[in-house]
Amino acid sequence: MISLTSPVRTRAHDWPAGAKLVGLCLASVLLFSLESPLAQLAALVATGVLYALGGGVFLRTGVKRLWVLWPFVLVVAVWHLVTGEMQSGVVILMRMITSVALANLVTMTTRLTDMIEVLRRLMTPLRALGINTRAIEIAIAMVIRLVPTLILKGRHVVDAWRARSKSKGNWRVVLPLAIMAIDDADHMAAALKARGGLVSRSGRD
Amino acid sequence: MEKNVTLVALFAALIAVLGLVPQIMLGFGVPITAQSLGVMLCGTVLGAKRGGLAVLLFVVLVALGLPLLSGGRGGLGVFSAPSAGFVIGFPFAAFVTGLVTERLRSGNLALVAGAASIVGCVVVLYAFGIVGFSLIAQKTLAEATMVMGVFIPGDLIKAIIAGVLTAALYKARPASVLSRA
Repeated sequence: MISLTSPVRTRAHDWPAGAKLVGLCLASVLLFSLESPLAQLAALVATGVLYALGGGVFLRTGVKRLWVLWPFVLVVAVWHLVTGEMQSGVVILMRMITSVALANLVTMTTRLTDMIEVLRRLMTPLRALGINTRAIEIAIAMVIRLVPTLILKGRHVVDAWRARSKSKGNWRVVLPLAIMAIDDADHMAAALKARGGLVSRSGRD
Repeated sequence: MEKNVTLVALFAALIAVLGLVPQIMLGFGVPITAQSLGVMLCGTVLGAKRGGLAVLLFVVLVALGLPLLSGGRGGLGVFSAPSAGFVIGFPFAAFVTGLVTERLRSGNLALVAGAASIVGCVVVLYAFGIVGFSLIAQKTLAEATMVMGVFIPGDLIKAIIAGVLTAALYKARPASVLSRA
């Protein structure tokens, strides 16, 4: 499973993940309090510069990831063209793009392992409440491992459907896929139990 | 305990796969993703608590930076985009779907699961999605409802499918349909 961290190493990759996340929160709050188009433009340009510091490939990847916003940009742009409130439309669009770009920037410069470490730390109070966070960590690892496997199984099911039918496969293929997932869960539960299970080892953490 | 954890993990993975294998849903000739179908099934099959946890796990993994949302989207930007409300609402939608399925224990499972999916994954989920869109795109709730309402018919169809699938799963693996077990 490939994460969305940028393969292009930047200096920001070495910064602590927690600090980047706090910075992102502060920047987002600030963005939503700025109402002037000039301030929003400055924020947008500054974000662009941050991306550019990562180099050409990094910048292009960042821009490509923003492309998913186009339906929203279109809706808001048409809306404000029709209602004639151009200035507020421009502010809303710039803020939308900057806030998503900043959030993507943190994801692109933070490795998955660092993110999981932040999550572990955030879960500390849960451990104090007696919740088994080891089970949560194992579940996270399992999903990362299982998605590619289940995608492969999904392809097999679709292929099997196509071998027998003229149609390309429809919602019916979800049933065998879900049954496979349930059976895998059974087997993995048995395997986990055989290896000592998910007994909380809070004493050792 | 082990079975619960593995079921939660497998269903979180199933949501991702239903969003990433698009050819699965071409039956209607409309390119809608099956991702919300996965959220519905988490509720109708695993019940309120475990279904909600499975979807929460999925959302956490998206936030950590895995491209698990339909179209390979993921990362923290998802939570700043105008569609953020839907992603944040997913776990609540699954929880409510599971709650309704568990409460209506005696009824026909296909009907109950279908109705539960409409309550959880259309009514509750769109409440989140519409509030999110109205906050980020700065539109009134009525205007946001108008924009987002376009997608409701597709989700109603998916809710009916979720009902049919849940009943079929109950026939095939009754012990694993935790909402009825």
